[in-house]
Amino acid sequence: MSNDVNESPVTGSSARSANHFVAPLEETPLVAIDVVKVAEKPSNLWIDAWRDARSRPIFWISGVLILLVLVVALLPGLFTSVAPNNDCQLALSNGGPTDGHPLGFTKQGCDVYSRIINGTSTSLTVGIIVILLTTVLGVVFGAFAGFYGGWLDSFLSRIGDIFFSIPYILAAVVIMSVLSQYRSVWTISLAIGIFAWPSTARVLRAEILSVKQSDYVMASYALGVSKLRILFRHVLPNAIAPVIAITTISLAAAIVAEATLSFLGVGLGSDIMSWGNEINQAQRDIRTHPQTLIYPSIALSITVFAFILMGEVIREALDPKARALR
Amino acid sequence: MAGYILRRLLQAIPVFIGTTFLIYFMVFALPGDPIIALFGDKTPNPAIVAQLRQQYHLDQPFIVQYLIYMGGIFQGNFGVSFSGQPVIEILARTFPVTLRLAVIALLMETIAGILVGMVAGLRKGKLFDGTTLAISLILISLPVFVIAFVAQFVFGVQLGWARTTVGDGAPIQDLILPAIVLASISFAQIVRLTRSSVIETSSLDFVRTAYSKGLGRRRIIPVHILRNSLIPVVTYLATDFGVLLVGATVTEGIFNVPGVGNTLYQAIIRGEGPTVVSFVTVMVLIYLLVNLAVDLLYGLLDPRIRYVK
Amino acid sequence: MSSTTPRQTVSGAPLLEIKNLQVGFQTQNGMVQAVRGASLTLRAGETLAIVGESGSGKSTTAHAVINLLPGSGQVSGGEILFEGRDLTKLSQKEMEEVRGKLIGFVPQDPMSNLNPVWSIGFQVEEAIKANGIATGRSDIKKHAIAVLKEAGLGDAEKRLRQFPHQFSGGMRQRVLIGMGLSSRPKLLIADEPTSALDVTVQRTILDNLEKLTREIGTALLFITHDLGLAAERAENLVVMYKGQVVESGPSKEILQNPLHPYTQRLVAAAPSLASRRIQSSSKSLVDLDYSAPKTAEGLDLIKAAEDRAELQAAAPKRESAIVLQNLTKVYKIRGSKDDFKAVDNVSFEIERGTTMALVGESGSGKSTVAKILLRLEDATAGKILINGTDTAPLKGKALLELRRRMQPVFQDPYGSLDPLRNIGNTISEPLTTHNIGDKASRRARVLELLDQVSLPSTLATRYPNELSGGQRQRVAIARALALKPDIVILDEAVSALDVLVQAQILQLLTDLQTELELTYLFITHDLAVVRVIADNVSVMQRGKIVEKATTDEVFDNPQMEYTKELLNAIPGAGIALGV
Repeated sequence: MSNDVNESPVTGSSARSANHFVAPLEETPLVAIDVVKVAEKPSNLWIDAWRDARSRPIFWISGVLILLVLVVALLPGLFTSVAPNNDCQLALSNGGPTDGHPLGFTKQGCDVYSRIINGTSTSLTVGIIVILLTTVLGVVFGAFAGFYGGWLDSFLSRIGDIFFSIPYILAAVVIMSVLSQYRSVWTISLAIGIFAWPSTARVLRAEILSVKQSDYVMASYALGVSKLRILFRHVLPNAIAPVIAITTISLAAAIVAEATLSFLGVGLGSDIMSWGNEINQAQRDIRTHPQTLIYPSIALSITVFAFILMGEVIREALDPKARALR
Repeated sequence: MAGYILRRLLQAIPVFIGTTFLIYFMVFALPGDPIIALFGDKTPNPAIVAQLRQQYHLDQPFIVQYLIYMGGIFQGNFGVSFSGQPVIEILARTFPVTLRLAVIALLMETIAGILVGMVAGLRKGKLFDGTTLAISLILISLPVFVIAFVAQFVFGVQLGWARTTVGDGAPIQDLILPAIVLASISFAQIVRLTRSSVIETSSLDFVRTAYSKGLGRRRIIPVHILRNSLIPVVTYLATDFGVLLVGATVTEGIFNVPGVGNTLYQAIIRGEGPTVVSFVTVMVLIYLLVNLAVDLLYGLLDPRIRYVK
Repeated sequence: MSSTTPRQTVSGAPLLEIKNLQVGFQTQNGMVQAVRGASLTLRAGETLAIVGESGSGKSTTAHAVINLLPGSGQVSGGEILFEGRDLTKLSQKEMEEVRGKLIGFVPQDPMSNLNPVWSIGFQVEEAIKANGIATGRSDIKKHAIAVLKEAGLGDAEKRLRQFPHQFSGGMRQRVLIGMGLSSRPKLLIADEPTSALDVTVQRTILDNLEKLTREIGTALLFITHDLGLAAERAENLVVMYKGQVVESGPSKEILQNPLHPYTQRLVAAAPSLASRRIQSSSKSLVDLDYSAPKTAEGLDLIKAAEDRAELQAAAPKRESAIVLQNLTKVYKIRGSKDDFKAVDNVSFEIERGTTMALVGESGSGKSTVAKILLRLEDATAGKILINGTDTAPLKGKALLELRRRMQPVFQDPYGSLDPLRNIGNTISEPLTTHNIGDKASRRARVLELLDQVSLPSTLATRYPNELSGGQRQRVAIARALALKPDIVILDEAVSALDVLVQAQILQLLTDLQTELELTYLFITHDLAVVRVIADNVSVMQRGKIVEKATTDEVFDNPQMEYTKELLNAIPGAGIALGV
């Protein structure tokens, strides 16, 4: 196609104005302008995200792990028939693995494996209550602050700042110290959740601030759609994606927080089985009997890992910018 | 810049009042006798209870109690511990140790984190990057006390490379293992943040323009890519300082480092409520100050913020 | 201005010769060819423009020259000969020597092309140092000041220590031009250097660029989407389409006698050319007897303008659909005593069934007028009458009734549709909001509207992310028409679109206006588009209306200096073009 240009004489003074070259039409046939080209199936952010997530092995790995943890939490009886509390024999204190007791015994002579299995639901329950709490508080504060702006935003954001300025584990330490008589799954979840929501609120607020500038929001106002309906129909659905990703990671953080508080001795009462409590009980014997400490730690770490991995998958699936970082 | 500093300081005041009020509220606005509640199932020394009642002015209305307490804080009076010792005295003894530990940890995590993150970002998709990402995710999933125990067991008990407990007046090299544990919490996050920041910055228009000016990679990477990538990392370090404080509490406790964190740790496991409250307050104040300092540093790092009216 | 006089060139040998260039991008679905066998020749001291729409490969070709292709881009074939040296075969190190020193580059968007954390002086000085233009601190600084002064920053000494965000877009572009020319390169590549700027700023910056390159003797490779601008600024043109060069040659010749059907389309659809050609015909549009080339059917703006002029001339005088009386909007600025008057005593009327263009540059207050009109914001003072009714006191049902009769279409095609709602739901939102019809009748109306804006009915279940910018604007128009309004406010509704798509949408808007008797308020910064779509024009500057007349009057006999400036800024002046 380039013959004309290349063969134009390059010598001589008149050659400066290059020849008028036209490509033959067959080479670049004209196509209709702005043709509608659609894929086989409809797609939007959520459909795309699901397609992306499902194509990644780590989605399935973390998914299976999370499913396993859920099943263990709901039906511990499927995995062990040894009672975690009742059959303890001090004679077996810190004993090694025996038949039917694959992970050995705790200091009190209880079955380590059974206690880990039976402690699963505690961690998970705390995690779920905490994220319900942080999501509800975070979404309410973040959505109204971001969407309505003005003095309401200043007011809600300052409240968030204050709660954000106390690291939530430290706050929970104080609350749990004061509530030492009422240590339960509920109080510990409350103690963590009450101070963990501002990060959710901040993420959502920032997202809403950008979404509410969109022309489609303006167009809805011009249609006469009510403010609240615009918030719930257009703004919130388009701003919620990052909240979902951080919620999964918050669940992992809440499980860690519970374990940390229990490990410190201000978490759940010692009568409640939890991985943090097990680790707390075992720490004095780390030199001589590391197994009683290692196994619950492994259970805890794997669960946390599964949720963090899932959080990553969701984040990358929902955020095209994060996807580009892979 | 002066305007920026002033604005930042003014903004910090309501947050400062709010947080201290909140802590005070959590402890003293709950029903029942807060002093007895603070002691939990322990039997308190009546003399100390009397001292605490006086310190917190429980006969006054709540808001007056708070104001008197705040007045005390401004004079360096953080109250007394469970055993009756003034908190400020304990702080004077323990704070330098914690400061040393925190500085070593911060230096390690930022230098190593930024370095590893930068290399991973520049080699996106290569083996080093993939390995780094995988390791960082695993590291993020490990609670700090698990890391501490594993480090204590492997390096202290098994290999004997480090002492498992530090104790009073220990030499600075004993702080290395606890500092590594402390650093490992945020290290992975810094790596990931630096990596994504470097990748994003590398694709920005001004980097291409820098190349078009005839600059080489050896100038563009530090001057245009890394310099800009540091801004989000510094922001992260500030908000993450709370994690460092909690981490210090756990790490100092496990390694018996005689710092502020250990004092809090011991008070928590012994159920010494008054000490817990005092030291959490101190830590929150430190956290607020550090955040304020980082905000000001942020103004230095990002001229767009410095010069906004 | 005087680009028609050829430049003095020393030698006839080509400075840059691209032969059969192939550039591909690695994507998930394999290699995608962005440039497929492009060739061009540029001689020393000459200016050559590459013209094309987005995705034509024009920028990719330019970036390939200095080996700065984004992401996975790669030259997969062909040669890029610069002074006889094949640039595609150079090592990284050798390329660094070429960049900046021999070939300068001016990027498109001044806002994102300067590093925000370094001062202007630092960024200019580093370019000077890297290319060895000067050594020693004070020398480098002196040079930097000289470079910036020459680029049009008179107070360069004072501004060296300032940061990019303290500069306006136009000043940043001057800095980038100064940097690109700082080492007196033999070739300067300018990639849409002014398309992000206001029209009047564009003109002065391009004039300065032209003057500088001429003085230095630098050849200019100019990338643009605007055929009129290309022809005005370059002696030779290369037209690219789908990664290939479809036509090349002297600008004047191509403009007067476009041979490739694609070029014919571009010539017909470029608003700048159309408005210039209508001007040069010295006949009023009604008397114009113009027939469009066959290849450009449905895209020819002159034809469209002619048709609409005839139609309007035949129509009887009608009552006003919109009346604005002394509209004023004042914003309080936090921390400042002075209020900001965004709209200052604005009055105009729009006759039913006509189009009025509200023209102004960014910050002129034109979009604020639209928002007040739409009752998205309240006026500080003044009155708005829509079909004779004062809109300010309207509330509840009456306000809904007003909204039913007046609908907007906004600028950003990527932000105008909710990405999570399918097209059908988006178009039927007006119906559900106003409780019109049942499910079946709404569905039928959606299909009817899709047909009206020439989109297939299958799109109803699709989401916006599958559509192009033009298609999204069609959907936005369909949504605006759903309630059968009689007034449509078009706020820069075609500004972000490629020329051919823009021409199509303009045609669609004209057709709809005739068919549905719509009244348009057409808000734009582009006076050239106004020539072909509007009956009346109001020019806004700093919140005030400075000139108000029929389109013919404004173009033929502008009264105000500012209007003249805007008219002069339409590219293509001085090119003899017939109709």
